[in-house]
Amino acid sequence: MELRKSYFADQRKDDLHEIGQPRPRSDSPGHVTGKTAYFADRNFPGMLHLKMVRSPHHHARIRSIDISEAEKHPGVVKILTAKDVPHNVYTILILIQIGPEDETVLADGKVRWKGEAVVAVLAETERAAQEAAAKVKVDYEVLPAVFDMEEALKPGAPTVNEYHGRNYYLYDSGECRKVRFGDVEAGFAGADHVLEQTYQSSPIEHAPTETTGCIVVPEGNDRFTCYTNTQAMFFTLDNASIILQMPGNKLHFVGGTVGGGFGGKVDVIVEPIAILGAKLTGRPVSFIYSREEEMQISSPRAAEKVVIKDGVMNDGRIVARKVTGYTDAGAYSRHSPYGAQKGAGHYPGPYTIPNVWIDTYCVYTNRTPSSAMRGFGVTIGDFALEVQMDKLARLIGMDPLEFRFINAYRDGDMKAHRQPTEGAALIECMQEASRAANWPVAEKYLSMSSYAKGV
Amino acid sequence: MAKVPVQFTLNGAEKAEFIDSGTTLLHALRDKIGDTSPKGGCHQGTCGGCSVIIDGELRLSCLTLAETCNGAAITTASGLSEGGVLHPLQRAFLDAFATQCGFCTPGMIMAATVLLDHTPNPSRDEVVEALSGNICRCTGYEPIIQAVLTAARSNSQNAA
Amino acid sequence: MALALQTFSTVKEANAALTVAGTRYLGGGTLVVRAANEGDVSVSILIRSTEPSLSAITVSGDKVRIGASVTMAAIACHPDLSSLAHAARAVGGPAIRNMATVGGNLFAPAPYGDFTVALLALDTTVSTKDGEVPIETFVAKRESNHAIVTAVGFTLPVDGGFRFLKVSRVKPTGVAVLSIAAVLEQAPDGTVSSARIALGCMADRPMRATAAEKALLGRKLTSDGIEPALAVARDGTSPITDPIASAWYRNEVLPVHLGRLLLA
Repeated sequence: MELRKSYFADQRKDDLHEIGQPRPRSDSPGHVTGKTAYFADRNFPGMLHLKMVRSPHHHARIRSIDISEAEKHPGVVKILTAKDVPHNVYTILILIQIGPEDETVLADGKVRWKGEAVVAVLAETERAAQEAAAKVKVDYEVLPAVFDMEEALKPGAPTVNEYHGRNYYLYDSGECRKVRFGDVEAGFAGADHVLEQTYQSSPIEHAPTETTGCIVVPEGNDRFTCYTNTQAMFFTLDNASIILQMPGNKLHFVGGTVGGGFGGKVDVIVEPIAILGAKLTGRPVSFIYSREEEMQISSPRAAEKVVIKDGVMNDGRIVARKVTGYTDAGAYSRHSPYGAQKGAGHYPGPYTIPNVWIDTYCVYTNRTPSSAMRGFGVTIGDFALEVQMDKLARLIGMDPLEFRFINAYRDGDMKAHRQPTEGAALIECMQEASRAANWPVAEKYLSMSSYAKGV
Repeated sequence: MAKVPVQFTLNGAEKAEFIDSGTTLLHALRDKIGDTSPKGGCHQGTCGGCSVIIDGELRLSCLTLAETCNGAAITTASGLSEGGVLHPLQRAFLDAFATQCGFCTPGMIMAATVLLDHTPNPSRDEVVEALSGNICRCTGYEPIIQAVLTAARSNSQNAA
Repeated sequence: MALALQTFSTVKEANAALTVAGTRYLGGGTLVVRAANEGDVSVSILIRSTEPSLSAITVSGDKVRIGASVTMAAIACHPDLSSLAHAARAVGGPAIRNMATVGGNLFAPAPYGDFTVALLALDTTVSTKDGEVPIETFVAKRESNHAIVTAVGFTLPVDGGFRFLKVSRVKPTGVAVLSIAAVLEQAPDGTVSSARIALGCMADRPMRATAAEKALLGRKLTSDGIEPALAVARDGTSPITDPIASAWYRNEVLPVHLGRLLLA
């Protein structure tokens, strides 16, 4: 498919030597010869293997943990519980002052989701670690669990996370992130039609082909080298420094080629406990998720629920849009308060609407903690918004692409969160899409421009 | 833990090791012999990242016990290029942008190698079928399919 | 205990070794090694036998005997078994088919075990040191079986008599939503004179669709003719729920796919 280059030609040079030219990827020769080094393509003498004992319950109090049998198992070198972790309660976004710390490295007194890490077993072989893990006895008192965001927000719902004390994240703006622009109720009152629809999504797993993991090597001088496939090197280093109460200069993080991430490797999960294991045993430690752990334990994209209410005129103008978004953080925050906030900034989409009301909630449930994934906070919202746009167009009997031309934002338009639009290119994208997809629109839309209104 | 001897050729070179009985070929290749080109993506036989060629057949090294490979000829992706010259499949993968993160690439190239050994001029459907046990999460497969078809064409041109 | 492999040249010796606790027979490794990799510590000794008869396929007339160690790939390319090739190719990708065995497939839990669905429709017998048993009996009690499966045997259906369909979301080879195998015989007037239909994923192991089989007898393979069979296709099913599909979904689509197979 050949796309036209006439758009914004005055703002671009087409005689560049590199940009616009195909160039071989610098990492491809390593990939095709099998020479590219991933974190796990290393082997160290005396390396221990870490296996995690995980909660079989969605929500439970831990009455007791008995590691005595597991400790005696042949090949076991060290078993770690919550008391071994110097700063066991953490939250990754504390680095940018988004608290409170709400998650345990190893469960302490309570588990809040099925699969939560409780006890770490370090042994000479993977097999010995698995066998010993099976001998760890944890006595649970199962508690009522909540899996649905609306249920979680009702009075009397089980409290998922005591560090928050309520089943939603408390922003400085209150129970949700809010955007207020114009008078949305007046907009609905004056609209020819009002359409309210609800959209929902399930969690989505990134499923990278290389599972999450790290190998930590004690360097003999109180320093530790951590070979990791994290997508967030310094975020992980700084959080590990907090969790381990160890100055950052003691930690040497080595990254490199990541075997697929898609946002799934930005949490700080495997590194701190593996470094702690290396510190307490003086031995290299490998902690690599099994495929089952990657699918069940690593954070997915959050489940979301989006309620969109629009007021639209028969001539195609959207005059009011009210969006309530719910992001299912699961049991812990990780990146979800940020995801929900991003949603607030992203609505009402790339459209200029005079009256807008946005509320986005970050909700806690007893589900697997969710976190970053390609455009999190935005992707599901875009799905909802664009389905809604098609429904609105159908409602007023208008072509869905022409309907979008009428509402598209253009340079100078004020967005709902009061940033003036700059560098818009939606009009031109739709013009080219109309041509390339052979979806004709009226001539007046083809002569529009993102630069100015009223052409 | 009983140690057992294993002996096979890896990319044409004789290898002999004492390994723990029950060790997978993937583990033996990566951690004993030091050929890390086969990748352990799932250890379940699902992703194909650990694919190797054993006596001319595509196998999953994660589900193969090393001691069952005594006397076998094993080929891995690291053994395809000769004298620093890329194999036509490797060249085609590189030229077609058929790699992104690269983790599936060695397994993909192994599966494609066996296909072209038996079917020098495969149809697109045959390529898709041959790669159906290998998961790529980045590319969407199309560049990989095109790379294999391109390599097949360049092979047949060289043979002509 | 660490995992260890013991290899025996005869089935007899291997059977004797399997009487020890913590042992399991190793076929192609696609089930047993997978379980060990995933942390199943219940097995510490893997037993295998290299007896040549386990890897043999013999076809005499319409009688077929397939050794338990024969792989899906070997079946798929055997010139006398071409009518079954698509059922063998339904299992896994090419590498899995080079490893997965007929014997192992008898033990594969749903959603796996597609070839066993075919064997069930073929009225197969399963051979162990204790003799031959019908496949239905064997599969029903497979957890308590401790004798090495040596072979499966069946009669090849006449041309076109064997039909097989695997439904999966990923093409060409994905995990099954369900699979269906049927062996049908028709009288000269086109009416069905005998029918064996087997289903995969419609229970925790392959099962017969006996009500649908009965409802097909004396009927023609037309939309009207098969309607009574489709109406009772779900009799006795209790499908699995897994990430591929829910039990509800599998039951909903079963008659649709059975209809397509019968009208093909």
